[in-house]
Amino acid sequence: MPSQSLNAALAVTRFGLGGRPGEIALAARDPAGFLLAQIRPAGADQPGLPDDGLGPRMALFYQYGERLKVLRAARKAAFDAAEAARGPDAPAAPYAGPVNRKGKPRLGADGERLIRPKKDAGVAELHALVVADTRARLRFAATTPDAFRERWAQFWINHFTVGSRKAQNAMLSAAFEREAIRPHAFGRFADMAAAATHHPAMLMFLDQVRSVGPNSRVGAARGRGLNENLARETLELHTLGAGAGYTQGDVTEFAKALTGFGLVNRVRHPERAGQFAFNAGAHEPGARVVLGRRYPEGGQEQADAVLAALAHDPRTARHLATKLARHFVADRPPPALVATLERAWLGSDGDLATVAAALVRAPEAWAPAAAKVKTSYEFLVSCYRAGGMGADGEGAAPLALERLGQEMFSPPSPKGWPDEGGAWATPTGITDRLRFAGGYAASLPAADPAAVAETALGARTSPALATALARAANRTEALTLLFMSPEFLRR
Amino acid sequence: MIPISRRGFLAGTAGFLVTAAARSAVPGTGARKLVVVIARGGMDGLSVTPPIGDRAYLGLRGPIAVTNALPLDADFGFNPGLGNFARLMAAGQARFAPAVAIPVRGERSHFEAQDLLENGGGRLHAAESGWLNRALAATGAEGIAAGPDTPLVIRGPAPVGAWNPSAPVAVAPPRVTSVLQQLYGGDALLGGALAGALEVQGETQALGETGGRRANDLRGFGGAVARLMRAPGGPNVVAVSQLGFDTHQRQGANDGLLFSRLKQLDDFVGGLEAGLGGGWSDTVVVVATEFGRTARINGTGGTDHGTASTALLAGGAVRRGGLIGDWPTLAPARLFEGRDLQPTLDMRALLKGVLGEHLGLDRAVLDTQVFPDSAAIAPVRGVCA
Repeated sequence: MPSQSLNAALAVTRFGLGGRPGEIALAARDPAGFLLAQIRPAGADQPGLPDDGLGPRMALFYQYGERLKVLRAARKAAFDAAEAARGPDAPAAPYAGPVNRKGKPRLGADGERLIRPKKDAGVAELHALVVADTRARLRFAATTPDAFRERWAQFWINHFTVGSRKAQNAMLSAAFEREAIRPHAFGRFADMAAAATHHPAMLMFLDQVRSVGPNSRVGAARGRGLNENLARETLELHTLGAGAGYTQGDVTEFAKALTGFGLVNRVRHPERAGQFAFNAGAHEPGARVVLGRRYPEGGQEQADAVLAALAHDPRTARHLATKLARHFVADRPPPALVATLERAWLGSDGDLATVAAALVRAPEAWAPAAAKVKTSYEFLVSCYRAGGMGADGEGAAPLALERLGQEMFSPPSPKGWPDEGGAWATPTGITDRLRFAGGYAASLPAADPAAVAETALGARTSPALATALARAANRTEALTLLFMSPEFLRR
Repeated sequence: MIPISRRGFLAGTAGFLVTAAARSAVPGTGARKLVVVIARGGMDGLSVTPPIGDRAYLGLRGPIAVTNALPLDADFGFNPGLGNFARLMAAGQARFAPAVAIPVRGERSHFEAQDLLENGGGRLHAAESGWLNRALAATGAEGIAAGPDTPLVIRGPAPVGAWNPSAPVAVAPPRVTSVLQQLYGGDALLGGALAGALEVQGETQALGETGGRRANDLRGFGGAVARLMRAPGGPNVVAVSQLGFDTHQRQGANDGLLFSRLKQLDDFVGGLEAGLGGGWSDTVVVVATEFGRTARINGTGGTDHGTASTALLAGGAVRRGGLIGDWPTLAPARLFEGRDLQPTLDMRALLKGVLGEHLGLDRAVLDTQVFPDSAAIAPVRGVCA
């Protein structure tokens, strides 16, 4: 059995987000108890901004869309008018006016400023909002005493990935995690899955709002059709998992059941604009068969029943037990650990507090060797926890995260951010971390490297690292070595 | 400080001795260069090389059919964004396979299909490293990932470099990196990543690259990659990802989204060709995607995840010729599951043909190491000079 001081370091680094001053000492009294105390029925913390709920964000989303539409129409009208004035046979005159950085015209032929729809509609303000959301979350992660609770929430946020590089969609992610994930972090998985699948951010992210039953009233009238994205990702990513034995037929049937899941018609019901609505007119008529089970013809309850069956399916338990063990412990998780989590899941009907406690109590989760490579988010947050956010840290944090290849709210795919070490410990990844570590270390001139190592890693600091820190030419180089050490990059 | 190269790290790590042995048995790649582009999201082959002579094409695609294709022959054209490919094709320096697919049928998940395309396995989850990485191990060639990420296709036990021309060149004092190399001594993953980073950093600095290139200047990106490949000690093998082919709605193959994606791809190849100069004649570029898209337009002006798609070859070392593999036609009875272009060629057959003819990998290595358990899949012949 590893020593209590090593277990304290593991509790804080493997289960948490890296040591803050005094945290490892606090955990040393009872490392497992330190973690168990962070599990609570109320769910995860809510670190966001006051106005990052769905209502205000959807209002902005629609406002931006409306402005964009008007400005695009105005630009087209101006362009058409200019074309008409020139006459059909006149050759296109070469543009000779002022240009912007990209060589595109900055002013119209008559010297007027050209319409730039996105910019003029206020995309910069939306970007600023996304940056503020990011900053609020990083600040919280860097300072919370309950870092296991936040790690647990982050796992589920990544599991039910939504996000976009477009600011108008990315700003909905904050509302999504606030409303669909964080309240359910230690509740029933089925409730979290239902909340995620009904949330407008998810319905937009996976194109469900565009899916129409081909034989529904709307489909027949407008010739629109199915979009299988949400159905497929729910099966493959959110519940059963890839290779769990479902077929293309199951995907299509589930997609048909899901038709009608969408948003309130905001022309008819402006007071509820942006909320979830079941649009019966778009729902594909008929009974559905998914995974061999028949769901009678119906409305919203049809897809809800499919979703509930998926959430309670034992294959979902196996999928999530494996994914949790892989995230917290090892890319190739110990089978005994997976079995323990699976049992806890099945025995509690997917109660996530029970599963979290089972993870903390599993001996395999406390193996001394650090098998996992931190994601860039974990790396950055653990730097900040060890050394503080620095003089301009809070302002620079969102950009730092982006330069480390993990821009918040912009995951590479619906699968979310990768979890395997090979995806992060690449030459690119190491270069990015080295660049950050050097700059961040230089911003902490007064820090004593050995003390920062004690704060961040405690008993996980190896003799080789301690020697390297003592021999370094100066504090900045010592801290760079600490943040780039195998002990710090792994957990 | 001891300079450690990717090869040095490789030879010095006990677990990789087998690759050193394999290298001595196989001649190196010499001047031969290979660039692999993974087009992510499910690139629509029917818009890349539109089958303008197929009687069913216009009916299936309706308003999103490519109507302004660059003419090639009575059967196929190139997307209007692919001007360089069309020119190279006419010069005998480009080819395409019109209906190629990964080995597993009905896998319409991006992630699983991309894994399969890149790990070279015959079934899901069969390998954890990329086929290009294993080809590097077998030939001893130097490889890098170019761009903001390191794609799975080139990840694996053979250390590779990485270079993102859009990021600033890394600056860490050699004192720091040499201590890190010692600290990573027992850690193959971190050690290999650092060795790859340092070697490419040295090479790009020697070329005077200062970083910070505009990420959307694909021609400039191609040129920069070409200069690195031509530099002394530069890599012979490069892997690149291009994102954004998941065109579920408003596909825009004529002048919209998909057109501009293909134009970027074409610009990248144009930049490579110009930058490589005489080295172009020793070069093959392969463009492959995880799957094609549904033959029929969907309800939102786009197409959904399908099966077979087009794979493109370009380069001075491509051998002049026609289609690689057969055209299955878009006749209703010929569609896979009634909805997708039917595959006529296994992706591995195409890749084995390129690796065998161009990089000189022998059949046994291809059948067992690069594409495990693939002896039954014969390489295509006559694709590379």
